Amino acid sequence: MGTTKEKEIIIKIQDLHKSFGSNVVLNGFSMTVYKGDSVVILDKSGSGKSVMIKCLVGLLRPDSGYIEIMGHDPTILSQKELNELRSQIGFLFQGSALYDSMTVRENLEFPLRGHKAWLSQKDTRVKQALESVGLLDAIDLMPSELSGGMKRRIALARAIMLRPQTIIYDEPTTGLDPITSKEITLLIQRIQQEYDATSLIITHDIDFAKAIATKIILLIDGTNYASGTAQELEASTDPKIKAFFK
Amino acid sequence: MNFLKSIKAFFIELGELFYFTGRFFRELFSRPVEFKELLRQCYNMGNRSLLLVGVTGFILGLVFTLQSRPTLAEFGAQSWMPSMVSISIIREIGPVVIALVTAGRISSGIGAEIGSMRVTEQIDAMEVSGTNPFKYLVVTRVLAATLMVPLLIIFGDAVALFGSAMVENIKGNVSFQLYFNQAFLALKFSDIIPATIKSYFFGFAIGLVGTFKGYYCEKGTAGVGEASNAAVVQTSLLLFLIDFIAVFLTDVFIDL
Repeated sequence: MGTTKEKEIIIKIQDLHKSFGSNVVLNGFSMTVYKGDSVVILDKSGSGKSVMIKCLVGLLRPDSGYIEIMGHDPTILSQKELNELRSQIGFLFQGSALYDSMTVRENLEFPLRGHKAWLSQKDTRVKQALESVGLLDAIDLMPSELSGGMKRRIALARAIMLRPQTIIYDEPTTGLDPITSKEITLLIQRIQQEYDATSLIITHDIDFAKAIATKIILLIDGTNYASGTAQELEASTDPKIKAFFK
Repeated sequence: MNFLKSIKAFFIELGELFYFTGRFFRELFSRPVEFKELLRQCYNMGNRSLLLVGVTGFILGLVFTLQSRPTLAEFGAQSWMPSMVSISIIREIGPVVIALVTAGRISSGIGAEIGSMRVTEQIDAMEVSGTNPFKYLVVTRVLAATLMVPLLIIFGDAVALFGSAMVENIKGNVSFQLYFNQAFLALKFSDIIPATIKSYFFGFAIGLVGTFKGYYCEKGTAGVGEASNAAVVQTSLLLFLIDFIAVFLTDVFIDL
């Protein structure tokens, strides 16, 4: 524990609250993610973890609480500052969120808009990113021509286009068959090593969480119910925690 | 209570639409200019609507002339046909019918496209990429519709007049040259200018309502369907409202 305290803090959330009408989604959630960590947030599907990461990147505004990501509070940044911050964060959406009307190449070039330094080498960067996910041949295909697994890989390639220091994954293996799911897990591990990125992963896939996490946080009833390594949590006698590892 | 709720919901939506319109004008003059996307949208809306507008215009002119002919013939006033048709088409029928047809294609298309982008998180992905989705998706589409719909209306009017001229040529043995001479002689600037100005407002309404419905689309595929449907219905109503205001103002200032 002593070593983690000396590490640089990348994400810090304190007492985060978010409700939609009478539906309380986050109820005092807190966590800290250190540089180089691979933190998995585990919960039953639909209990607010997507809301939490959307608050992190400024897509949603929390009702109350403190958020800090890479030294900035996204709730008080100007649009320009927020865009600069977002360019250092890779975001993999649950449904891949590829732009339907654009080819794979155009999808990957999209995050480079407004970054003159990157634009000059966009062809090289697109090819590098596609090689990282093993889909260079798909460069001129439309998203409708890709399988679910391929879409997820292309979305991953798009998330790493700007060589982000932090990557947020929203349920990267949900909806995939076990073999593709395993491939995506290996790919994420490889990208983490290659890019030396800090990762925040939300999932309800326990096998994936065990394979990838340096720390697991259990999000129950909108709060950080428990956290620790997979082994620590698995050894717990708390019935709520045990329910996750059954 | 349901009635009161509906009234409340109507005013909330109206307020949101005004806010949306205000944001459109704010973002319209801010940088960067999404010129490539604007051109792409102009091509999508303009070029891809040509056939639909052409066929509609042709049938409109043809049917209008065929239906009016017996009545005019009763009074021996067939020679008034070109002027009657040109004034009716250019002033009123052409802009309204073509705008309604394009509303069905463009507004519902925009509503469905942006709506599905909303529910599949593509708009969120765009925002996270540091691109302003409002500027990229909304401003370009509203602007493209505002620019393209008047051109489509002019094209539709021209084809309608051609359809009418064809009927007169076949049934009344009137040459195309004589028909168009008569048609244009009857037209004044006070017929053309208000109709052209009106068509820009039609285009703006078509783009604005389509993007508004799509941008605030509710989750799920049902939400996309509703956005697309509501875009067409509300645009059509708005078109008639704009038409009424335009005709009223023209009457006040130009004395029809």
